[in-house]
Amino acid sequence: MSWAKRILRVNLTAGTCKEEPLNMEWANQYLGQRGLATKYLTEEIDPKVDPLSPDNKMIIATGPLTGTAASTSARWSVITKGALTGAIACSNSGGFFGAELKFAGWDMIIFEGKSPKPVYLLVQDDEAKLIDASNYWGRSVWETEKGLKAEHQDPQLRVASIGVAGEVGVKYAGVINDLHRAAGRSGVGTVMGSKNLKAIAVRGTLGVAVNDPEAFLKATNEAKAVLAENGVTGEGLSALGTQVLMNVINESGALPTRNHRDIQFESASDISGEAMLEPRRSDGKPNLTRNGACFGCTIACGRISTIDPTHYTVKDREQYQMASGGLEYEAAWALGAATGIKDIDALTFANFICNEQGFDPISFGATVGAAMELFEMGVITTKETDGLDLTWGNAEALTTLAELTGRGEGFGAEIGLGSKRLTEKYGHPELSMSVKGQEFPAYDARGIQGMGLTYATSNRGACHLRSYTVASEILGIPEKTDPLSSDGKAGLVIAFQDATGAVDSAGLCVFTTFAWSMDNIAPQIDAALEGDWSVERLLEIGERIWNLERKFNMDAGFTGKDDTLPKRLLKDAAKTGPAKGKVSELGKMLPEYYALRGWTPDGVPTNETLDRLVL
Amino acid sequence: MQITLKLFALLDRYLPDGAHKNQINITVADGATVMDVIQSVNLPAEHCHLVLVEGVYVAPSERDSRVMNEGEALAIWPPVAGG
Repeated sequence: MSWAKRILRVNLTAGTCKEEPLNMEWANQYLGQRGLATKYLTEEIDPKVDPLSPDNKMIIATGPLTGTAASTSARWSVITKGALTGAIACSNSGGFFGAELKFAGWDMIIFEGKSPKPVYLLVQDDEAKLIDASNYWGRSVWETEKGLKAEHQDPQLRVASIGVAGEVGVKYAGVINDLHRAAGRSGVGTVMGSKNLKAIAVRGTLGVAVNDPEAFLKATNEAKAVLAENGVTGEGLSALGTQVLMNVINESGALPTRNHRDIQFESASDISGEAMLEPRRSDGKPNLTRNGACFGCTIACGRISTIDPTHYTVKDREQYQMASGGLEYEAAWALGAATGIKDIDALTFANFICNEQGFDPISFGATVGAAMELFEMGVITTKETDGLDLTWGNAEALTTLAELTGRGEGFGAEIGLGSKRLTEKYGHPELSMSVKGQEFPAYDARGIQGMGLTYATSNRGACHLRSYTVASEILGIPEKTDPLSSDGKAGLVIAFQDATGAVDSAGLCVFTTFAWSMDNIAPQIDAALEGDWSVERLLEIGERIWNLERKFNMDAGFTGKDDTLPKRLLKDAAKTGPAKGKVSELGKMLPEYYALRGWTPDGVPTNETLDRLVL
Repeated sequence: MQITLKLFALLDRYLPDGAHKNQINITVADGATVMDVIQSVNLPAEHCHLVLVEGVYVAPSERDSRVMNEGEALAIWPPVAGG
């Protein structure tokens, strides 16, 4: 079967690495990755633990399909209690690191305690050891990965690391692997930094076996054909990537602009996927250099970009004139529309810095947007910003703040707090566009009603990747629903949440679901693992995971009162576009959602629901 | 009457000369439907996955009957998604 059935437990306080068997009873109940690691975490930590305390744990987890021949089998996750939110955090990444960990014969790594000095973990097949990382502390993700490969004379070493942002406590620091793939959200890199763990370097040569190779090849080949023949996964995503959404969402009237004051951005086309293809005047080349794929992926949505060499950010800095991980939709929105900035090269540079120093461009851009609103109101001035002019649309302010935030310096240290803490500090918490302390992604809850409920109920704070109802409400996948109507959205959100829990936990990419239904996914898992894995079983596991995460959050101190949205989305009507005059109808959807979930009117899972899910 | 035609993603090749940033103002006959406009630029109907008029979705079954009005914007995409 596709489990190695081995966990690596690393005690950073004691400096030990020990092997233990994977709990197969839990693997059968929680599938893998997000679900299984959440089970381990909730069994092993106090939900009320300070996220940055040595008593918090951090789990690196793969799924049963990670590293196999299934398409998009690159996915792995970091599971911990989030530094940004204080809620359950599961941040998912692609690239090549996760598959390499599986090749080395490990399903999961559990980090506990705190190292007395900076260290990195080196895993080479069966061998695992902690090594002094003094030489890498204070260095960027890019320097660390390059240095580790050189030190170990192995260009095929796969590295996941934190940048300086994770060391200095930026609340939304991420873990970056393969230079520009990110477990980016909720501050999982901040937790890693608090443990004095700089990097995890892995080389694996053992491969991954599956339970029924013949059935597995048949199932994965059939599923790959479905991806290839679908207009989205076969052509659309490789050509324009996720950035194709910039114009879609703007035209639909759901592109949050200038800290959600507006719902359409007049310069959206300047920062869109189409704009990334436009040859520029200086060298005749477009921003987009090529597309890219993670391990095993047959979609290849990734953007690899270059900045205009004459642009102010790079003209005297050759090290940033290379091709690197470029703008994806969520980052382009946060760095651009949320701040009113239309300079695509400035956005690309800020994105490069987020990758280089390891922090989340969504939370960063949204926090800069909140700071710009505070600046406009006169609540903060150039005195607080060390002279930076935070007028809406000021590209140089954004790029300067990216560099300062990445190093935790100057006003960048305050931007590194995230919008909730920043706006509370200056007396205007209503200006934080967040849920449970995590900033919104790129869809306005007034123009896409299902996303309001998605955000409010998301267990890791505002997030689009827990229930991407945009697929149905805007894109018509799997079937079109009206984005301006809240009718039926409670059931839609639940269906997306449960299915996504299963997809994440399998080790697959959620983008497959633009073409695949669970009927395409279940046969792949069924062939990879022992036992019978039906669609019904996977959806039940998805529901179990959702309730387990919910239970952890409630034990951590969250209540139904935290399932809400900023007043701006509930009270201030959209000014333009199809949603003009509308607010989020969360108040109508939330009770329906609780009832369908089998929770009390206060949002607490009932004993009956927990018993049914064996929780 | 004048309308604005916006063709995004890989459909920009069907835009008439003079288009800028994926859009162009064009003249269509009074009473022209969404499908009339699509056919006027030789855009294969099967490429028209997401069709919006003034940001509002027009289902395939409505494209023959939805009449364009003066000044409205018609925006079209092939199959696209992201996130």
